[in-house]
Amino acid sequence: MTQTNNGPVETRHLLHHEPPIFEQGATGRSGASLPTLDVPDVSAEALLGDLHRDVAPALPEVSEVDVTRHFTRLSRWNYAIDIGMYPLGSCTMKYNPKVNERVARLPGFAGLHPAQAEETLQGALELMYRLERALCEISGFARVTLQPAAGAHGELCGLMMIRAYHQSQGRSPRKVLIPDSAHGTNPASVTLNQMECVPLKTSADGLLSAETVRAAVAQHPGDIAGLMVTNPSTLGIFEEHIAEIAEIIHQAGGLVYMDGANFNALLGKVRPGATGVDVMHINLHKTFTTPHGGGGPGSGPVGVVEKLIPFLPTPTVELQDGVYHLNYNRPSSVGRLRSFFGNFGMHVRAYTYIREMGGVGLTQATEMAVLNAVYLRALLHEEFPPVSEKPSMHEYVTSDKKLKKETSVQTLDIAKRLIDYGYHPPTVYFPLVVPGALMIEPTETESKETLDQFASALLAIAKEAHSEPDRVKHAPHQTALRRLDETKAARQPRLRWMPPA
Amino acid sequence: MSKYPADLRYSKDHEWARIDGKRAVIGITDFAVHQLGDITMVEPPKEGESHNRGTPIGSVESVKAVSDIYAPLSGRVVKTNDPLRDQPELLNEDCYDEGWIAEYELSNLDEAKELMTSEEYAQYVKDQG
Amino acid sequence: MRYIPHTDADVAQMLRVIGAPSVESLFAHIPSQLRLDRPLDIEALDEMTLMAHLGQLGAKSSPSTGATVREGAALSFLGAGLIPHHVPVAVDMLLQRAEWYTSYTPYQPEVAQGTLQAVFEYQTLVAELFGPPAIKGQPAPYVSNASMYDGASATAEAVLMARRITGRGVAICCGAIHPQYMGTLRCYLDGVDAVGQASIKTVGFGPDGRVDLQALGGLLAELGNQVACVLVQSPNYLGVLQDVAAIQALAHKAGALTVVACPEPLAFGLVKSPGSQGADIVAGEGIGLASGPSLGGPGVGLFAARSEHLRQMPGRLVGETVDQSGRRGYVLTLSTREQHIRREKATSNICTNQGLIALAFAIHVCLLGKSGFRRLAEINLAKSEYLKQRLSSLRGFKLAVSGPTFNEFAIQVRGRASDAAAKLRERGIFAGVPLDQPSYELPMLPDAEKTLLVATSERHQKADLDRLVSALDEVCP
Repeated sequence: MTQTNNGPVETRHLLHHEPPIFEQGATGRSGASLPTLDVPDVSAEALLGDLHRDVAPALPEVSEVDVTRHFTRLSRWNYAIDIGMYPLGSCTMKYNPKVNERVARLPGFAGLHPAQAEETLQGALELMYRLERALCEISGFARVTLQPAAGAHGELCGLMMIRAYHQSQGRSPRKVLIPDSAHGTNPASVTLNQMECVPLKTSADGLLSAETVRAAVAQHPGDIAGLMVTNPSTLGIFEEHIAEIAEIIHQAGGLVYMDGANFNALLGKVRPGATGVDVMHINLHKTFTTPHGGGGPGSGPVGVVEKLIPFLPTPTVELQDGVYHLNYNRPSSVGRLRSFFGNFGMHVRAYTYIREMGGVGLTQATEMAVLNAVYLRALLHEEFPPVSEKPSMHEYVTSDKKLKKETSVQTLDIAKRLIDYGYHPPTVYFPLVVPGALMIEPTETESKETLDQFASALLAIAKEAHSEPDRVKHAPHQTALRRLDETKAARQPRLRWMPPA
Repeated sequence: MSKYPADLRYSKDHEWARIDGKRAVIGITDFAVHQLGDITMVEPPKEGESHNRGTPIGSVESVKAVSDIYAPLSGRVVKTNDPLRDQPELLNEDCYDEGWIAEYELSNLDEAKELMTSEEYAQYVKDQG
Repeated sequence: MRYIPHTDADVAQMLRVIGAPSVESLFAHIPSQLRLDRPLDIEALDEMTLMAHLGQLGAKSSPSTGATVREGAALSFLGAGLIPHHVPVAVDMLLQRAEWYTSYTPYQPEVAQGTLQAVFEYQTLVAELFGPPAIKGQPAPYVSNASMYDGASATAEAVLMARRITGRGVAICCGAIHPQYMGTLRCYLDGVDAVGQASIKTVGFGPDGRVDLQALGGLLAELGNQVACVLVQSPNYLGVLQDVAAIQALAHKAGALTVVACPEPLAFGLVKSPGSQGADIVAGEGIGLASGPSLGGPGVGLFAARSEHLRQMPGRLVGETVDQSGRRGYVLTLSTREQHIRREKATSNICTNQGLIALAFAIHVCLLGKSGFRRLAEINLAKSEYLKQRLSSLRGFKLAVSGPTFNEFAIQVRGRASDAAAKLRERGIFAGVPLDQPSYELPMLPDAEKTLLVATSERHQKADLDRLVSALDEVCP
């Protein structure tokens, strides 16, 4: 066996300070490779008249070498999952398999135009159909739409279906119950559906209690559109009362929406469709390894139970007599939430991942994701006590409560100091119900050695907070840029490069 | 300068009022400013608007939070502090003078009695805390 | 499992530290009636088998790469909201750097300056293409956000933004707007409107394919101060460039904003930007320049607006600032508009956007640069004019509308357009989009069943264009 270093690792490297591309290059330089015109040239001015743009847009004048170096140098200022552990709670930053990238670039996927005739898209439609079936198998829903472009888009879609369902019953209930620990996208999606949030207080043990839900339902008789719940919750714990809560909501005429951001905790263990949930979005860019791309693209398929199928967005992919086709004839559908069919490139990647893992592999992923989080909790619980005594699932939520009491160091400082130790910080200050929250989600793709090193870094910071608090409070020290002035950015917004006066 | 000047009256929503006959200048307290941190934007009420006590009249933002401003007293806005739009930092520098938010012509002078004195407010903040 | 590093010994040791008897025991607190009592029914594949399986699936479709030079790919003239351009190899090579595609949203600016600066540059490019020119020493006239999902949802968000700014409800949708953009807008507005409230009004187009200004003026006069915005697409669904300034003048008089949807931003290499024609908000689609068509996604929703409306913008924004030692750097800013802070009062619910595709868009635009972007636009215009002239001179063919176009146009063929398209498919040509096809139908278009929407670009050589012309002439009755 090799000797493993379980202590913090050292980091150091050369980085170029890179000016904006607009400050580079020279007049007349270009990185374009354009074909020679083989048809008669035309006078744009004559054809376009008043609409003709006299002056070309002020774009950079740089060569391909300039552009390549610029974006390569910039890339080196990023942390990435391929560089190290990225324990962002609720974000599920797991390894993004390389084979997915190769497959998504096959011409039979990447080269397809969405307006092609169905007969020329059979492979793509089959892939979408198979992905839908696989997601149904994993989530326990009757059908899944792949159209939403991200999790929040999925929420919007799910709530639209809930609204359409009620309207089909001749009702327009307006209240949506949302626990106070929910992602901000939940209430924002409710507003986009002209409904109103009723915040629910999380119990002392971190769970949503049936009594709380019952009381809220009683306060709005006949006006409950539904409940939005994240399970496991943003405290990383399983909502044990979900079935009873769903029953209460159903009795009140409402539907249950589940935010599937934390689905990585449940694969092969719990099918949300069998827990009383009626609608749920799945983040392919979290649970199913499609890369996060520095902010997107994501993909937010939405699963529904049988009675909501008529309301799914249009079109759906259907299989008839061995031929795949698109069904646009869906009169009760909420319509479409975007152009074309969703982020298809992400569907290809997620399908590839699911087929590589198989049912057993996906279940193992969940098991190891939970094992990793619970293990970190065990290593860290003395200095960083969990905010709930309930067992952690895929993430472990702690806070700066203890450290703040003993020292002047806060969550932000801990996060920034972790950067010096070579890690991306966990999610901080979320959920909002936990002051100074640190939400740690290691995911299954991190090894025991990595977890040991990460834990030792956090414990070293806790020690430093006592012995050298200023070192922690002024972190990061190793990065090319120090803490940035966010107040200045907000007070005098500079949102684009401007030519110097 | 005291954190809560004695000549002002205070609301539970952390606004202050400097009452002078039928008029009152209002703003937000040092406690509220500290809760938010560096103020990055102030949205004051509009001149001419009338508000009932306790209704939201504008908002204050920091980098990571937004907080509504509530009318501490009922009345009509006669003047607002325009420089705040471009210099929200005035609130951090001096929330009781340069950082005032609006001036009201009061519609119900009795309401003033229900506001807290400086000592009462100091105790209220302590109890919250 | 190659993505899961745990050995049996690791698991045993970890369980010992935790004090748990088994991995299964970590799930024991989940009520048993909620547990799945069987394995998931999905077969696992090794990499070789996996790639063969996906390769077979891919081979069941016919890619439409545009040009004849690619064996096995159809010669495609499909556009309709997605006109594929040649994307230089360097774009995808750079995108495949793990620091770009495997990083998260730049919430920790000290370790995400790459993404933040790239987005800042992207915002600058989009503002430059869609807005009026920036003038030295003056405030930025236009600002862009860090991207939206796609052109259609960006357009819907633009209309919602106009409603917030004006406090009014009605959107007048003018002329030929992409049916899928209209569908998306309806879907979004259904959400925020009371049941049965018709907040969408439409105005037709004239024989030139442009907005019927008289009808627009009449509707604006009738609806008065209910109108939040006038929405127009340019180049529009039939490829025609709109006189945005004339539309804006009417809207402005009624106190309404002007929203412009632009599925083909390349046009603005040659055409006055919507912003310099007075548009308040511009929503566009960057997929054609950023990446391969990929069945329409992921693309990138471009979004820019006049700076005065900044506070009502949806989505993320990156701003310039300095670090503690005074060095220039970038952060996510003005987040108080967004869902994670303002929750139910946020300007939008958007969180994850299309960051990587926005980066691809920025890289390609930088590679083209000032002269290349304009020249590429000229090439597109010239190819389109050539094809337009040749097709419209065929017996019985005629342009559906007469207005100036950029690189796409609608042409009426002899007989049914869908029949002609089907026959051309047998010859390996995707002739264009028949406008009676589901989700591509334009309600106000006369003779839709005869009309084909044809897109060209730099990817077509003269021989490709000639091949389409003669093939269409041959198959049409």
